[in-house]
Amino acid sequence: MELMVNGQKVEVEPQPGEMLAHVLREQLGLTGTKIGCEEAECGACTVIVDGVPVLSCTYPAARAAGKSVLTIEGLGGLHPLQEEFIRHGAVQCGFCIPGQIMTAYALLQQNSNPSEAEIRQALKDTLCRCAGYPSIIRAVQSAARRLRGEPPLPPVVAPVITEPGKNQPPLQVVGTLQPRPDAVEKVSGTAKFTDDLKFPGMLHARVKRAMVPHAILKRLDVEKARALPGVHAVLTAANIPGEKNHGLVIFDWPIMVGIGERVRYVGDAVAIVAAETRQIATQALDLIEAEYELLEVISDPVRARQPDAPQLHPNGNLLKHIKVRKGDMEQGFAEAEVILEHTFHTAITDHAFMEPECSIARPTEDGRMEIYVGSQIPYADRNQVARALGWPDERVHVIGQLMGGGFGGKEDIAGQIHAALLAHATGRPVKLLFDRHESLLVHPKRHATQIRVKMGAKRDGRLTAVETELYGDTGAYASLGEKVLTRATTHSSGPYEVPHARADCYAMYTNNPPAGAFRGFGVTQSAFAIESMMDMLAHTLQIDPIELRRRNALRIGSVTNTGQVLRESVGLLDCIEIVARELKQRAGDQPFASRTVEGQPHLRRAWGFAVGYKNTGLGGGAPDKAGAEVELYEDGSVEVRTSSAELGQGLVTVLRMIVAEEFALPPERVRVLVMDTDRTPDGGPTTASRQTFVSGNAARYAAQSLREALAASLAEKFDVAPERIRFVEGLAQVNGHSLPLGEVAKIVRQEGRMPKAFYEYWAPKTQPLGTGGDMHFAFSFAAQAAEVEVNTLTGEVSVLEVISAIDVGKAINPLGLQGQFEGGIMMGLGNALTEHFIVENGIVFTDRLARYRMPSIMLTPKITAYAVEHPVEAGPYGAKGVGEIVSIPTTPAITNAIYNAVGVRIDRLPVDQEVIVQELSRA
Amino acid sequence: MSNWTFYHLPQTIEEALAILQNEPHSKVIAGGTDLLLELQQGRHAPVRTLVDLTQIAELQRLEVVDDILWVGAGVPLNRLIAWQPVRQYATALFEAASLIGGPQVRNVATLGGNVAHALPAADGAIALLALDAQVVLATPEGNRTMPLLSCYAGPAKTALQRTEIITAFQVPLSRKGEASAFRRVMRPQGVAIAIQNMGIWLRREEDIIADLRIAVGPAGPIPFRAHRTEEALRGKPLSEVSLANAENALLSEARFRTSPHRATAEYRIHLAGVLLRQTLQIAWERTEKEPEGSSLLVKG
Ligand SMILES: Cc1cc2nc3c(=O)[nH]c(=O)nc-3n(C[C@@H](O)[C@@H](O)[C@H](O)COP(=O)(O)OP(=O)(O)OC[C@H]3O[C@@H](n4cnc5c(N)ncnc54)[C@H](O)[C@@H]3O)c2cc1C
Ligand code: FES
Ligand code: FES
Repeated sequence: MELMVNGQKVEVEPQPGEMLAHVLREQLGLTGTKIGCEEAECGACTVIVDGVPVLSCTYPAARAAGKSVLTIEGLGGLHPLQEEFIRHGAVQCGFCIPGQIMTAYALLQQNSNPSEAEIRQALKDTLCRCAGYPSIIRAVQSAARRLRGEPPLPPVVAPVITEPGKNQPPLQVVGTLQPRPDAVEKVSGTAKFTDDLKFPGMLHARVKRAMVPHAILKRLDVEKARALPGVHAVLTAANIPGEKNHGLVIFDWPIMVGIGERVRYVGDAVAIVAAETRQIATQALDLIEAEYELLEVISDPVRARQPDAPQLHPNGNLLKHIKVRKGDMEQGFAEAEVILEHTFHTAITDHAFMEPECSIARPTEDGRMEIYVGSQIPYADRNQVARALGWPDERVHVIGQLMGGGFGGKEDIAGQIHAALLAHATGRPVKLLFDRHESLLVHPKRHATQIRVKMGAKRDGRLTAVETELYGDTGAYASLGEKVLTRATTHSSGPYEVPHARADCYAMYTNNPPAGAFRGFGVTQSAFAIESMMDMLAHTLQIDPIELRRRNALRIGSVTNTGQVLRESVGLLDCIEIVARELKQRAGDQPFASRTVEGQPHLRRAWGFAVGYKNTGLGGGAPDKAGAEVELYEDGSVEVRTSSAELGQGLVTVLRMIVAEEFALPPERVRVLVMDTDRTPDGGPTTASRQTFVSGNAARYAAQSLREALAASLAEKFDVAPERIRFVEGLAQVNGHSLPLGEVAKIVRQEGRMPKAFYEYWAPKTQPLGTGGDMHFAFSFAAQAAEVEVNTLTGEVSVLEVISAIDVGKAINPLGLQGQFEGGIMMGLGNALTEHFIVENGIVFTDRLARYRMPSIMLTPKITAYAVEHPVEAGPYGAKGVGEIVSIPTTPAITNAIYNAVGVRIDRLPVDQEVIVQELSRA
Repeated sequence: MSNWTFYHLPQTIEEALAILQNEPHSKVIAGGTDLLLELQQGRHAPVRTLVDLTQIAELQRLEVVDDILWVGAGVPLNRLIAWQPVRQYATALFEAASLIGGPQVRNVATLGGNVAHALPAADGAIALLALDAQVVLATPEGNRTMPLLSCYAGPAKTALQRTEIITAFQVPLSRKGEASAFRRVMRPQGVAIAIQNMGIWLRREEDIIADLRIAVGPAGPIPFRAHRTEEALRGKPLSEVSLANAENALLSEARFRTSPHRATAEYRIHLAGVLLRQTLQIAWERTEKEPEGSSLLVKG
C-alpha cells in the first residue's frame, strides 16, 4: 500500500495484524514514535493522520493506506513547540515527549490560542510519568504565543531561599537555567532508547512465566517449542552455565525456576525463548507445557509471620526484623499527657515508568557480551550477568541506554540475564522487550505496609514518645526490601525530636510480586502514617498543625531516633515558615477550616499540611562512593564520565554544570558520558537520591584535579607559579596570555601526559543502625500544604493547589529541580488518589495500564514551589538529594486536607471515595 | 497467530455486506478502540477478516432531517461533538461523547462501536437511550430501523448478527421546552469508565415535568431505561416529594450490583440517587433557556 509519511510517499506492505506504530518503527525506522502500553492508554504513540492525532499502537496499518501521516521526525528542524519544551524544562526522561508534542501540535493547528483548560483537555490521555505537567502546559502556551508572533513565556523555576549567613560567592554556571544535554534529541525523536536499537541478525526473546503464585514446578516440556520453525533456542534452568540466582543484596531470585523447585510469584520465569520474530517467540511460549503442584499462597505479611505459614525461603519468611531504639518507652509514655494510637495501611504501587523494560545482549567477536539496557545500576547488571554466565565481570560490557523513567524500578534485573543467556546460546544478538503487561507483572513494586503508631505528647504538643510497628510486604524476593524497610523504620517517627522512640519492622516474604526501591524508598509509607498522626494529635490537643510541627521539628543540635546528632543543614523550620506564610496569604489565619463553595453546598474545601525528611545516600555504614573521570580534548571540549544513571532526573545536566563551573566553561562544551561499564568509572547505584551528592562530588573533584594537573603542566612550560594560572571562558590565562583549552590539551599530550583525571569520591562515613552514630551524611527536608475539594455527595476528591518548600542544600540545576518538584508532587498525589496495584491471592489484577492509573494532566493542581538552601558542607556547592523528598509529604498533606474538609480520616491508601461517602453518612 | 489475517476497507455498505456474507470468519471494525484491545489482550479470538467501516461515506453522515438528527454510526466522536446541532438539540449525547476517552481515542471511536460493544454503562449508549434514538441497520436482507435496546442481548453481548451493520442513529431533536443532560461518576483508580452514569431527557410545561426519559448504567445486564421512575415524575413538579418518590422507584426497579475494585451495590444505589437529582436539575434548568449547548462545561 501507499501512504504519505512526513510528506514523502512511501510504499509498505502491512503484515497481518500489524499496527501503524509497528510499520513506522520497524519498517520505516521512524523510532521517534514510542510504545508505552499498546492499549490506547498512554498516548506515547500519538501520530497525526490526516490532520488529527491518533494512537498508532491501536491503528491498523492497513487503514493508513492513502493517508498522510505526520510523526515527530516530520516536524522538520526545531518547531517552536520543540524549542519551548526544552526551554521550559518539560523534557525529563523524554519517552512521552514525542507523543506530547504531536498531540500539542494537533491542538495548535486547530486552535492558535488555547486556554489552559483546552490544553489539559487535549493532553488528557497523553501521560507523562515524570509528570512535569505544569511545565508542559507552559511550554505549549509559550509555543502558541510564538506561533502567533508574540514573545514567548519565561520558564518558571522555584525561587531560592538561602539559609541566613550561608550565602556563597556567586557561581557562573551552577544555579543558572541550562537545557538538558539530551533535550534536542528527545524532542526530535532521534533519541535512542533500547527498543529503538537494531542489530543485524538480531533475535527476539520472550519469557515463559509461571503465572501461578506459589507452587513446585513438576514437569516442563519445551520440545514442541524448540521444534517450531524460526525458534533458535529454548532454555530452562538446566541450561544456566553459571549461578542460578540473581539479586541486588541477597541472591535469592532464580533466573529460572527448575524442575522440583519453588515458584514464588506469578512473574517467575520457567523458560526463555529466542526466535526470528517476536511473534514466533510468543507462539513458542504457548507450546511450552508446564505442570505445577500448587501450594498455599501467602498474600500478606501478617500471615507470613504466623508460625504455621508455609516457608518461602530456606531461612523462613522473615527477611529482616529491623529495630530502632532510643530512650525508655515506659518513661516516655508515663510522661505523656495524651496518648494516641492508630494503624495505617498503604498499598502496593507500581513505578509505571513510560518505557517498559528492554535489554539487548550481543556477543562480540572477542568473546565478550555487550548488554544494551536502561538500568539504574550498570555495574550491578554486569556482575549479575557475569555470574549467570559463569564469567569474570570484565567479560561483560554494559552499555547503558537512555531510560524512559526508572524511579527505582530499574535497579533490579529485568531481562538482562535472559537476553545474555539466549545470546550466548545462539551466538546472535537478542532483544528482550517487556510489553506493559509483563512489566506490570514482573518488576519489583513499592512495598505495601501496615503501620501502627503509638504517640505520647505533653499538652503543649511536645512529643514524649513514639512507638511504631511496621509490617512490610517485600513479596517473593528480597530485592532492596531490607534497605527500603530500614528507611521506612528509621524515618517512622518523622522529622521530629522525640526523646523516646522505638520502632520494629518485620520485612516479610510473601507470594506477591517482589517489592524494592521506589522513589521515597519506604519513607513515603511511614511519612503517611506519622504525618496523619501528627494532625490527629493537633486535633486532639487543639493546637495548630503547623505550630505542633514547629515545636517538635528537628533542628541543628537535635538527636534523631537513631541517635544521630544533626550538626548542619537542617532547613525544616525554614520550609515550614515559607509554606505557613504562603498559606496565610491565601487563606488567612484559618487555612485548615472547612469552607463551602459558593452556590455548591455539596463541595467542601480545606488545606492540609505535612512535613517530611529523607536521607541522602546509602547510609547505615554502607561504603558510599563514586568514581568520575574528566578529560580535556584538543578541540577544547571536556568530557566527564561516570557510570551513574540518567533516568530522566537530570543528572547529566548536573554533571555538565559542575564541570563547566570548575573550568569556567560554557556548559555546551562539556560532554557527559554515563552508564558504560567499559568507558565510565563506577558511580554506584542510582538510588537513595545520592547521585548529585556522590557522583557530583566525584565529577567536581575530578575536574579540580584535572585543573590542577593542567596548571602544573603550564606552570612548568611557562615557568610561572601554578597559582597564577586561571581558567576562564574556555581559556587558560597564563601571565596575561590566553591559551585556548584545546591548546592546553595539546601541550599536555606533547609532554607525554594525558589531559585527564580520575577521582574516586568517598562520601562521609556513616554508621550502621543501632550503633548510635551518624547513620546518614545528609538529610533533605520538606514542608507542603495541599488544598483539596471534596464532593460530599460522591466522595470525589480533587487537589486544587500544592505549596511546597524543599531544603535541597543547593539548587544546582533549577530547571531540573522544577521538573523534580512538579513530578514528585504528582507522584505523591498519585500515591494518595489514583495508584493501587491490586494483587489478590498472589494473582495480579492490575496487569494492564488501563487498570493501574497514574495521575494525568487533568489531575494536576496549581503548584507553587520553593527551593530552600541549607548547604551541606561536604556536598557539591552544598547540595544534597532532591529526587525523593518532594513526593514524601504530598500524600499526607492531601489526606490531612480531606480530614480538615469533611472530617474523614484516611488511614488506608489510596483514598477510596466510597469510604468517604460511607463515613459521611455514618456521621 | 496474528490478530487478523485480512483487512478490508470497503467503500460502500453493499461491499461491506458482501464481504461479511462471503467470509464466515469476518467481523466489522470501526474505530477499533474496543475491538483491537480485546484482540491484542486475547479477550477476543483472532479474526480472520476485519471489515473496516471507516471509508464508507454513508456511515459518516451528520444531518438534521426534519425533526431528527441523523448521526452516522461511523462518525468519529470528535467530529460529532464539534457539530453544533448535537450540542443544541441532543445535549446529553454531546456531553456523553465529550467524556469518552481523550482526543486521540475520540478521533477514531464511534457511537456504532459504543453501542455494538454492548456494555450496560457505555456513555454514548446511555445518552442515546435517554434521547430515544432509533437504530438504522443495514443487513443482507435490507435496511431496518429499530429501538436502541433491540441491539442488546446481555452484558457485552450484542443482539446484532455478524452480518448486520449499524449505519446511523436517528435522534429526535429536543424542541422548545425540552432538554437533556448526561452525568457520570468516575473513580480515580482503575479503568476509566463510569461507575454510574445517567442520561435524562425531559419536556417541561410550566412547572410540571410533562414527559421524560431516564437511562441508567450500569443497572442491569444492558442499558437500563427507568420506566417506573419516569412514571413517578411524569406530570409532577420538580419537588422534594416527587424526587423522593422517584428515588424509591429507581431503587425498586434498577439492579445495582457490586463490582470488585470498582463500587459496591450500596455505593451505586447512593450515586444513582445523587445522579438522578443532579441530572434532572440540569435538564430542568436547560428547558428554561432556548436549547443551546455551546457554553456547556464538560468535566473530564
Ligand atoms: C482509553 C479509552 C477510554 C475510553 N473511555 C470510554 C468512556 O469514558 N466511556 C465509554 O463509553 N467508552 C469508553 N471507551 C470505549 C469507547 O472508546 C468505545 O466504546 C467506542 O465508542 C467504541 O467505538 P469503536 O468505533 O472504537 O468500536 P470498535 O472497537 O471498532 O468496535 C466495537 C464493537 O462494535 C462492533 N461495531 C463497530 N461498529 C459497528 C457498526 N457500525 N455496526 C455494527 N457493529 C459495529 C465491532 O464489531 C466490535 O464488536 C474508552 C476506550 C479507550 C481505549
Ligand atoms: S497509547 Fe499507544 S502505546 Fe500507549
Ligand atoms: S518526560 Fe514524560 S514520561 Fe518522562
